[in-house]
Amino acid sequence: MQELDTAGLGSVRVTRKNDNVVVIEKDLATEQMVLAMGPQHPSTHGVLKLECLTDGEVITEAVPYLGYLHRCFEKCCENVDYPAIVPYTDRLDYLSGMNSEFSYALAVEKLLDIEIPRRVEFIRVIVAELNRIASHLVAIGTYGIDLGAFTPFLFCFRDREIILGLLEWASGARMLYNYIWIGGLAYDVPSDFLKRVREFVTYFRPKAVELCNLLTENEIFVKRTRGIGLMPAGVAINYGWSGPMLRGSGVKWDLRRNDPYSVYPELDFNVPVPDGKLSDVGDCLSRHLVRAWEMDESLKIIEQCIDKMPSAEGFNPRSAIPKRIRPKAGEVYARAENPRGELGFYIQSDGKSTKPLRCKARSSCFVNLSAMKDLSKGQLIPDLVAIIGSIDIVLGEVDR
Amino acid sequence: MEEGKVVSRSVAESAAAYAIIHEKFGKAVSAFDANDTMPFFEVLDTELWPDIALFMRDHAKLKFNYMACLTGLDYQSEDKVGIVCNIESLGLLNHKLAVKVKCARDGGSIPSVACVWHTANWHEREAYDLFGMLFTGHPDMRRILCPEDWEGFPLRKDYKVQERYHGIKVPY
Repeated sequence: MQELDTAGLGSVRVTRKNDNVVVIEKDLATEQMVLAMGPQHPSTHGVLKLECLTDGEVITEAVPYLGYLHRCFEKCCENVDYPAIVPYTDRLDYLSGMNSEFSYALAVEKLLDIEIPRRVEFIRVIVAELNRIASHLVAIGTYGIDLGAFTPFLFCFRDREIILGLLEWASGARMLYNYIWIGGLAYDVPSDFLKRVREFVTYFRPKAVELCNLLTENEIFVKRTRGIGLMPAGVAINYGWSGPMLRGSGVKWDLRRNDPYSVYPELDFNVPVPDGKLSDVGDCLSRHLVRAWEMDESLKIIEQCIDKMPSAEGFNPRSAIPKRIRPKAGEVYARAENPRGELGFYIQSDGKSTKPLRCKARSSCFVNLSAMKDLSKGQLIPDLVAIIGSIDIVLGEVDR
Repeated sequence: MEEGKVVSRSVAESAAAYAIIHEKFGKAVSAFDANDTMPFFEVLDTELWPDIALFMRDHAKLKFNYMACLTGLDYQSEDKVGIVCNIESLGLLNHKLAVKVKCARDGGSIPSVACVWHTANWHEREAYDLFGMLFTGHPDMRRILCPEDWEGFPLRKDYKVQERYHGIKVPY
């Protein structure tokens, strides 16, 4: 955006978008207006309030207000035993419960220093990757809705339903699973589960391409997202961005690769980052593309896991679960790659109690959202919707 | 560190990073705690924390460019509250280190590092909101998760919830 001096008579604002020069206001004295967006605005994906200071159509400052969904997660954790926290973690990021459980289980297992059966690890990775696809489908579908494309949303939810069905079959719940326990799993997967998962992978591959054709190559969609909400890599790291947001800015950083856990080192998959051909590196479109590409990588991971998995013979998913979970005194910070970025758990144990002294969830959306002030400065109001959508927030995890 | 004890590679890297910081700041930092799960050191001279943070971020052999997490803590027995920061060098040197800073429980303050790592901005607000330590030099020191007019700091161990909030009964 460029502001020209007109000797105090008024302002002329020229906003450049890609190649087109859009003149918004000319010789008009404008005054600042406060525009409250949310907490019930559909594009905020939950209860988030943004207080925007606007000058005409241009946002001079957008301040997020959080806490509408604050449920004292961390206080609750201090009052229940370690295994009883697992269901609470589902309710942080309710679109990817498996990933949250996985991350929490990793943290406590690191503190307990226990060995996990191999089959458990593979099942964990399969359900987590399935959940990642489901979560990205919601992100992509709702992002389409934010920008006026309704059809992809229906396609996304149709396919997500199959994943939720599979996860329900394994765990008994559609979204709040309580499936990955500390040291093991609640149950082994049903006998035909892996066959069905493989069928889903075969089914979903062409559907993902179809989705890309429908949305990612849609000219209106591209015009609304390309070059919008640019974030340079250095600033993104300083803001603590992670996951698809950070990769959207061109940083090849994936905890599954760079700080590997579970069986990820044995698996072959790419970490897609935008190259600047389809999008401008660091813009809303890049973040969307990273999510779309990641689904394909998740499919690869799932297929490899099914091939490599040890057989179910003599397998007890609860064999490594300690009778009484009471970690030695100490602290741990462990993290895993959630669909939205780095979900970390800081846990402090006093060595005597079966309850943690302190359990903090480092939420990826919370950190990603904190860059809102910088991202929104000088943008147009409709572009603000595109920016929030590209951050892909889940307020359950932001507010905890 | 104990002699002859086998330390993992990541702990050794953290120890090397600590040695550089210790060399520069001497008595302002505590000894290095080389545990396996989260190696850390403590900042003893609280006022120097932003300088240490900036040094950690910009020194050519440290390059701690990414703050992963900042957690508030309540040390009730020491009559202190504090923070622990998990910091790492993302994509450059790939080492990690945790830093602890403490202050007095009543009316204590810690200098803010929001200007060093932007991540600290909201995390410090959260720590203030839940534990009640102030961060001096913070650009926007307000509550973040609880309402502005909430009483007390919920994650303190001796926290008692207020009876009424705007005429609504709070405990149930």
